[in-house]
Amino acid sequence: MRKCRHEPATQPEIQLYRTESRRNGITMNTRGIRSQLKDSVPVAGMCPQGAYGVQDSLRSGFTSVKNELLPSHPLELSEKNFQLNQDKMNFSTLRNIQGLHAPLKLQMEYRAARQIQRLPFLQSSHLALDTLRGSDEAIGFEDILSDPAQSETMGEPHMMVEYKLGLL
Amino acid sequence: MALSNVLQTPAAGFNFDNAARNTALEGLFDGGETPKPLKTGTTIAGVVFKDGVVLGADTRATSSEVVADKMCAKIHYISPNIYCCGAGTAADTEKTTELLSSNLTIFSLNSGRNPRVVMAVNILQDMLYRYHGQIGANLILGGVDCTGNHLYTVGPYGSVNKVPYLSMGSGDLAALAILEDGFKPNLELETAKELVRASIHAGIMSDLGSGNNIDICVITREGVDYIRPYQESEFKDNRKMKYKYRPGSTPVLTEKVVPLKLEVVLETVQQMDTA
Repeated sequence: MRKCRHEPATQPEIQLYRTESRRNGITMNTRGIRSQLKDSVPVAGMCPQGAYGVQDSLRSGFTSVKNELLPSHPLELSEKNFQLNQDKMNFSTLRNIQGLHAPLKLQMEYRAARQIQRLPFLQSSHLALDTLRGSDEAIGFEDILSDPAQSETMGEPHMMVEYKLGLL
Repeated sequence: MALSNVLQTPAAGFNFDNAARNTALEGLFDGGETPKPLKTGTTIAGVVFKDGVVLGADTRATSSEVVADKMCAKIHYISPNIYCCGAGTAADTEKTTELLSSNLTIFSLNSGRNPRVVMAVNILQDMLYRYHGQIGANLILGGVDCTGNHLYTVGPYGSVNKVPYLSMGSGDLAALAILEDGFKPNLELETAKELVRASIHAGIMSDLGSGNNIDICVITREGVDYIRPYQESEFKDNRKMKYKYRPGSTPVLTEKVVPLKLEVVLETVQQMDTA
């Protein structure tokens, strides 16, 4: 069992409902949507990302309490969790109307579609996932602003793959 | 240049990396000196009449105390039967209405129908509520569809109101006074246009943030009549865009022709390969 690396070390350790399974080197969250919600936002890249919650001086520099207490934008957290919250709402409504099987089958399809992607440093089209969600027929700010294909920073491919596999 | 501290590609959409830096900068400037975004400080109004909807707007865009644009277009196209007036931050209203227009175009391409005004209102409401008022767009949506003539207002936090006549913007109180006085159900076209013109005019006279010309947009079942400008202000300047004088504007007094004698210095012939 491994703590999810998205949370900074200042978070209380909530290890109960987080399980990850590893098969063929792919790490997957086998728990539901609720456990994937991010409770906090790492501030400007200063989040300690080491394996045991210890900050990684080599990559992210020294931490300071001031950096972690700086106010972030009021929308930052809600935007980060927006898709998950929408899904949660829709699935619970669906469960209330049609029973447990409906969201269960849909989530199975979502998980299958989410796995169809390229290596982390390449652009994946997420075509199946978009079609399932219906976002292939809608344009939002995420299609216009901050296009990942044109981002100014580029990550090291080997490190990004290692990070995704959990080897880092 | 591959950076070794980037472990995931940045997410698409809004990027909040500079939020902390901006709050720090605001503290430095002691408030009041940071550049303000371009607001429209507007008067916009709309009236439902017998055959459709009339929308009206002024054309001034301000940036704090300076008039930034004297011929700003505040009535935006959403779909062939729906137009939208926008008050608030100019960029926000523009982009939001463009996104709305794109989404509705995709819908009409898919289904082959003109979109309904309620669809536009719902999409806008969801979008604006998601951003909790950070997108400063006060919009008046008017349109004609198969269910009738509709006029809606959407606030920056996502509040929706369906009314037969309304006005928004910084000059809305003056405009609303004229509308309240003159509105009757089932007005005729000319009366409705005159009512909207008078209300925008009142907003222009009473509010510093509104001014210059008046645009009117009439939407009916037959089509759209976008009259820009409907009434020009008397104080427009006569600056011409081009300063090129037409030939003949200067009289010719004398003419003297001197032929240049050219002599051939060197002549070479180069064969072209035409094979």
